[in-house]
Amino acid sequence: MSNKILDAKVPEGVLETKWTKYRSTVPLVNPSNKRNIEIIVVGSGLAGSSAAATLAELGYKVKVFCFQDSPRRAHSIAAQGGINAAKNYQNDGDSTYRLFYDTIKGGDYRAREGNVYRLAEVSTYIIDQCVAQGVPFAREYGGLLSNRSFGGTQVQRTFYAAGQTGQQLLLGAYSALERQVGMGTVKMHARHEMLDVVNIDGKCRGIIARDLVTGKLERHFGHAVLLCTGGYGNVFFLSTNAMGSNVTAAWKAHKKGAFFGNPCYTQIHPTCIPVSGDHQSKLTLMSESLRNDGRIWVPIKQNDTRKPTDIPENERDYYLERRYPAFGNLVPRDVASRAAKERCDAGYGVGASKMAVYLDFSFNMDRYGKVEATKRGLVDPDAKTIRELGKEVVKEKYGNLFDMYKQITGEDPYEIPMRIYPAVHYTMGGLWVDYNLMTTVPGLYALGEANFSDHGANRLGASALMQGLADGYFVLPYTIGSYLSNEIRTQSISTDHEAFVEAEKAVKERLEKILSIKGSKTVDYFHKRLGKIMWDKCGMARDKEGLEWAIKEIQSIQREFWSDVRVLGDANEFNPELEKAGRVADFLELGELMCVDALNRNESCGGHFRTEYQTEDGEALRDDENFAFVSAWEYKDANQFELHKEELHYENIKIAQRSYK
Amino acid sequence: MSEGTMSLTLKVWRQKNSTSKGEFKTYPVSGISSDMSFLEMFDVLNEELITKGEESIAFDHDCREGICGMCSMYINGRPHGPKNAITTCQLHMRSFKDGDTITVEPWRASAFPIVKDLAVNRSAFDRIIASGGYVSVNTGNAKDANDILIPKEDADEAFSAAACIGCGACVAACKNASAMLFVSAKVSQLALLPQGKVESQKRVENMVAQMDVEGFGACTNTGACSAECPKGISLEHIARLNREYFSAKLTSNNV
Amino acid sequence: MSWVAKTLSSSLGKKLLMAGTGLFLCTFLIVHLIGNLQLLKEDNGQSFNIYASFMTHNPLIKVISYGLYFFIILHSAVAIWLTILNKKARPADYAVSNTSSTWASRSMMLLGTMLLIFIGLHMVHFWARYHFDNGLSLVSYGTEPMKNLYEIVDAMYDRGNEGWIGFYVISQLVLGFHLSHGFASAFQTFGLNHRKYTPIIKGAGLTFSIVIALGFAIIPILMYLN
Repeated sequence: MSNKILDAKVPEGVLETKWTKYRSTVPLVNPSNKRNIEIIVVGSGLAGSSAAATLAELGYKVKVFCFQDSPRRAHSIAAQGGINAAKNYQNDGDSTYRLFYDTIKGGDYRAREGNVYRLAEVSTYIIDQCVAQGVPFAREYGGLLSNRSFGGTQVQRTFYAAGQTGQQLLLGAYSALERQVGMGTVKMHARHEMLDVVNIDGKCRGIIARDLVTGKLERHFGHAVLLCTGGYGNVFFLSTNAMGSNVTAAWKAHKKGAFFGNPCYTQIHPTCIPVSGDHQSKLTLMSESLRNDGRIWVPIKQNDTRKPTDIPENERDYYLERRYPAFGNLVPRDVASRAAKERCDAGYGVGASKMAVYLDFSFNMDRYGKVEATKRGLVDPDAKTIRELGKEVVKEKYGNLFDMYKQITGEDPYEIPMRIYPAVHYTMGGLWVDYNLMTTVPGLYALGEANFSDHGANRLGASALMQGLADGYFVLPYTIGSYLSNEIRTQSISTDHEAFVEAEKAVKERLEKILSIKGSKTVDYFHKRLGKIMWDKCGMARDKEGLEWAIKEIQSIQREFWSDVRVLGDANEFNPELEKAGRVADFLELGELMCVDALNRNESCGGHFRTEYQTEDGEALRDDENFAFVSAWEYKDANQFELHKEELHYENIKIAQRSYK
Repeated sequence: MSEGTMSLTLKVWRQKNSTSKGEFKTYPVSGISSDMSFLEMFDVLNEELITKGEESIAFDHDCREGICGMCSMYINGRPHGPKNAITTCQLHMRSFKDGDTITVEPWRASAFPIVKDLAVNRSAFDRIIASGGYVSVNTGNAKDANDILIPKEDADEAFSAAACIGCGACVAACKNASAMLFVSAKVSQLALLPQGKVESQKRVENMVAQMDVEGFGACTNTGACSAECPKGISLEHIARLNREYFSAKLTSNNV
Repeated sequence: MSWVAKTLSSSLGKKLLMAGTGLFLCTFLIVHLIGNLQLLKEDNGQSFNIYASFMTHNPLIKVISYGLYFFIILHSAVAIWLTILNKKARPADYAVSNTSSTWASRSMMLLGTMLLIFIGLHMVHFWARYHFDNGLSLVSYGTEPMKNLYEIVDAMYDRGNEGWIGFYVISQLVLGFHLSHGFASAFQTFGLNHRKYTPIIKGAGLTFSIVIALGFAIIPILMYLN
């Protein structure tokens, strides 16, 4: 492996003015030229919709592609808890710098300073923009916006709309997008899947997409292509991602020259509903916001089979509060997840599977109940009244989440504590991009979760929505100017160009190959096998031996897939099984790269925990001397990846052992 | 928690594409755990079908946690099945009994043509939103978020309308395949907020006109839409839509 | 098309026409019921006949009655138009249907069609004879002689005519169901839905439909029994 150094093109100068200065000097495309420039946006989540709408507002010709039946379905919609912004509306000492600092620290010092500061800076505009669009954020009685806390921070900077913040933000971006569709400036292609990018003379010039209803392959030209296709958590089969979430677009781009950044950084979210059986198709998140009011505990005795309500207070171990008194239940996700795993592995787990911990609201229900009782002027209310009053408060705050939990588990979380366990939730890794959000292929950009950029080795809660919208609304529409200003003389390239013809031919052959195997195993069979390997060997804890084994095993599954998968039906019709097969084939290749990356990174940081590298009390042990870099992998050939590095320099933050104690 | 497994008989609508004629096919399934979701039960059936060499049943689904609005099955005569206020993906098999026969159909409306089997085309909803379901504010034009004071009650009411997931259960449930609840949710959300008031007249006129063009039926106030809505969108929003529409028609300058 | 025609022919406009005409017909029902209850007065039809004569000769009432015919026709015509469009919106029906709505609300067209048949026959039985049958006997109550409508009604609800009496009573049941949805529904169409008042409107609608249906149905029954 060679060690080529990558240039992130972060502007020089003082951190605080980097972005404003850059924004004011980045080359522009004049309005009449914009009308002739075509931009392709793949994916219609927060990043895609917001970018497409904003670019169309600026005057570009935009085409948007999504595999769902409507752009409104993108998985951003499922984000529950909220979106961070350094507004300091709560007067609790928040600032752009503090949000920047929390994010770098939360990311375990593996994120790029310049990007993160910019993210913190534009975060406030996002809230303004969304409110102007009619996003109904939660409000106080005085009519002002309400905030709550999230993990890894000590201020209240999270804006929310009940437990459906992602939905409301996405519908805001979606309505902005549909407005442009109505005005004819955006052409929407729903139920289309991007199956390859087309490069001409070293620049990205378009895509091959499949109309999922008719199966027809289409060629689309664009002066630039934006991949806003989300994360790849489904490589684990079970994750909180939507069933359709996939890596295909990013992976195709990777195989056509875009480097893949930090593929091993995976976020395992601590509060998910535990797996209930082999039939499970996905996992459901219980919002991190619940950790505001829920206390996490396990019995103090191993293999305690008593009902949680029968276990007295002094026989409970509130292990997060014990280990991390400063942050308590609000430690970052990676820390909370590992702590849960540690307790369960040590035999303190609860529930039938013993792979769960309790998230208990009774303490705070009583606390709220007492406040309510005082408000209502009740003198000496009994415990039952207090609990009932508290229940109402909790219901108002988290009612939909409690209902969701009950629906899935059949248990009533108002009466018995929730059982939770970590699950794959988000991937900090993604296509490597520079400060302009451009990949290593000129003209090919990656936004939102699809890129690797802002979260380092661990993302803080309520920051994904922030990043997706920052990229789409406030970053890319400016930075793309530096590329497109040189493209104003580029005429539309005919899609009869040989590069398009060849790319389409390759896509067609691959689809036909999948259909022609007619083997004996279903697509899900392979996906589940891959998922298990990834979870066991490249999940919450990784080690050299396991990763080496996993790489070999995955390679053998790849071979088996291409000789024994069974996909029925035709390529020229609506064929969900064929779509799935293509995606799983890509996951099989990505899974290998994730293990390669995890094996290469001989340290623990954030979401990447190598058991060989930990402190005495089980915390992640970074190696800043040797690993303060972004791993950017270049695809060379099947099973061959070459490492490039982007050195990380911390000029404004003193790099330190991360502590939440 | 689970107690044993069950065997069921499924009657499922199969239709090759939008132009072909469809029919019901009967499939027995067994070994179904009560902890499974309804869609996981379909996963099991599909795996079996593929193994037998039969094409799997196409159905729309994505998030499987009741928020994306993609799943759309008409189960035993009700959109999203026998339970209230949930989507198909949130329906669990513990809501059924061993030995049950379950009939599964696609949403039926001429504005929602069938794509294949249980999947339908709901792009009419997108076109309705594109006709006016937005606030015309370009990126970067907004003033500080807290400059706009909105009474909590209005914000909450707007949120209750904005909670619509666009699944189309309202259309599926309505005997007239009317899209009034869907349209009213968006009109109502934006009519309740000061940001949306500026262009409220044009919005409601255009959205209703588009709704009619798409071929949805008219509302006859049966209330089935709201009763079947997984997000419990209230009929009050339809009343608000009516008010907004008639007052816009009476007072707007659009002749 | 003018904006008025465009508005009224939109799906909401058509509903507005249904609601407006429907509520007008509701007010007619009240007047009609009050008038008809005079049939039960034990005065051998005197006050009923005076009322009937007044209703047919007062010029203002005459104008209103033409409005009434027009509204009945409009209500029916728009209903048919809507039903055709609604049917077109759902060309294929479900094999199984269990939706949560009242039977009456789903069956307004059926109930309305039955009512239209009833109104036709009802007009043939009474209105047409009163207006065009010159063989009707005349009565005078110290006034100019007037046609004795009471005599026809009395004969209609006499023994041997149980079939028609049954038809009248059942038709009132149909009317009751029609109103049980229609009354409150009209308010919803007008946009009047408020958590304070809607329960009251719904209660009033139910009461109204029961009182009207019962009021009309009791007349043939009592007259038959007497």
